[in-house]
Amino acid sequence: MASVLIDIQKLGKKYILGGGFLQNRPRIIRAVNGVDLQIFEGETLGLVGESGCGKSTLARLLIRLEEPDAGRAYFKDQNIFAFSSDDLKIYRRRVQMIFQDPYSSLNPRKSAISIIQEPLNIHQIAGRKQNREISVQLMTRVGLSHEQTKRYPHEFSGGQRQRIGIARALALQPALVIADEPVSALDASIQSQILNLLKDLKKDFGLTYLFISHDLNVIRHVSDRIAVMYLGCIVELADKNNLYQAALHPYTRMLLAAMPNCDPHKPKREITIRGEALDAGDQGCNFKNRCFYKIAICDERQPKLKSCEGGGLCACHRAGDI
Amino acid sequence: MQTLLEIKNLKTIFSTARGVIKAVDGVSLILHAGETLGIVGESGCGKTMLALSVMGLIPANGRIARGEVLLNGQNLLSLTEEEMREKRGRDIAMIFQEPMTSLNPVLRIGEQIAEAIRLHQHVPAKEALFLSERLLGEVGIPEPERRVKDYPHQLSGGMRQRVMIAMAMSCRPQLLLADEPTTALDVTIQAQILNLISALKEKNNMAVILITHDLGIVAEAAQKVAVMYAGKVVETSEVEKLFSRPQHPYTRGLIESRPSGCADTEANGEAYLKTIPGTVPSLYDLPPGCRFSERCAMAEDKCRLREPELMEIESGHFVSCFISQRIVK
Repeated sequence: MASVLIDIQKLGKKYILGGGFLQNRPRIIRAVNGVDLQIFEGETLGLVGESGCGKSTLARLLIRLEEPDAGRAYFKDQNIFAFSSDDLKIYRRRVQMIFQDPYSSLNPRKSAISIIQEPLNIHQIAGRKQNREISVQLMTRVGLSHEQTKRYPHEFSGGQRQRIGIARALALQPALVIADEPVSALDASIQSQILNLLKDLKKDFGLTYLFISHDLNVIRHVSDRIAVMYLGCIVELADKNNLYQAALHPYTRMLLAAMPNCDPHKPKREITIRGEALDAGDQGCNFKNRCFYKIAICDERQPKLKSCEGGGLCACHRAGDI
Repeated sequence: MQTLLEIKNLKTIFSTARGVIKAVDGVSLILHAGETLGIVGESGCGKTMLALSVMGLIPANGRIARGEVLLNGQNLLSLTEEEMREKRGRDIAMIFQEPMTSLNPVLRIGEQIAEAIRLHQHVPAKEALFLSERLLGEVGIPEPERRVKDYPHQLSGGMRQRVMIAMAMSCRPQLLLADEPTTALDVTIQAQILNLISALKEKNNMAVILITHDLGIVAEAAQKVAVMYAGKVVETSEVEKLFSRPQHPYTRGLIESRPSGCADTEANGEAYLKTIPGTVPSLYDLPPGCRFSERCAMAEDKCRLREPELMEIESGHFVSCFISQRIVK
């Protein structure tokens, strides 16, 4: 068994919306609501969910762009929220992020090479000259050419910009790369190029990925294990094949049924899809309003994430009998 | 089947500071009543401009250089702006990707739908408001009598798209143009919106042009499909044929490079995705010959010299590729 790289325990983050002058009661959004999750060294953990389910907030917590209200997270047994500023700097070398939008996540006034070199300089990995050499190597490694080093972000296509973002993330030789929707903004023919690149880099650099996406096809392709998030909670966690062949949680099933399928001969979906992800109140299961399997207990208690047959985890009172 | 829309050799060009580009370059398509035509392609392939050309809504720096758009035999391009305004909304309606920017943020949604109704039908304001309530119910908005009084910001993305659809349906158009109607929506909401469009299409015997970048959506919701690349239709056929026997190398590339769902199965989940090398050429700087030749593994000398024409290789299946045309022959 691979060792645990990240151990998230009961992590929570809420935001308060409204409540200003002229407004009615403030609304509390539990973006991340008591998440327990482990990421093992060398794996790709896929995190899937719809917009607003908290998957990006979870990523931002892990990279310490946000502070949690509750819970802890450990990186190799060190509590990441207790880091001193020196420790944090070291931690940030080990955990890097690739963002969704390659347009807004690159400084438009810096050339490609200086964008990639910047983290090397900040962390004083080597002298400037050597840092530059490392950066040029990285650029070629991600499929950009020598001639492009001095170009600015606007001179690159979307896919190439994402390659710059990837090179920047790899510059510090991180252990964990958090990729937040890295291919969602890209065209179909470019998506597969970037997915293949990420796969190669994982092997070459010995990376662990936390791969966040709303696209179940992409998640299925890249992940070893998959966590499904709904309104701040992990509702199911399973190996890739188990999840796609025998999903336990009604929400996972709904997501799978909603996935557009490329085979026009395939029979139409058997599962009806209804409702929207709206806050279901404090009591009971978050998914109860959209669920076709709802029973009395679902209104009363929120189900806990527990082990199920097949080795996965599922947060549903009726897991296993539906 | 009755031909509803026929686009003949349509060419839409734009004059920009960098030169003249052909956003739509000689596109011909036929659509029958009650049919859904999916138009797929990557950003910049001209799919949106094609739809806007049909609507007569191309931006000011663009113009239609050539071609005809026949709706029930009548050429829309020869109509005056006023006559076209009559057509828009009544015979042809369009919904867009981002419903928030298409709705007026300071008007209640009921009023906005009523406005669309009264533009084309002579009914009193009160009745129009009542009709808009009924339309909201028809597009699956719960409690329509309460929702007519909502402002757009009070609705979720999926609900806003339903409002847009209600507005588009208000005059029972014969043709609905849907430009990436679900791209901004979550997958479970997307499925509901696609189901709704299909149901309304069936009920009203309406034709739909569904513009998308997602082949999965086409497979799910369309009967016919046209694949566009750099301003041209490169392949068009019935949906089943396109997915079971794609002929153009670009279509094949798109289908095969899609993760899971389509080409690859669990067995080769570990394998690499097939890719289409390179990127879409800039419309300012198109390669000579076939526009896909630079990225095509099968390209021959001929492909780099001459541009292939769209040719029928089997009944209803058109491809513009020298090599596929030769192989099928």
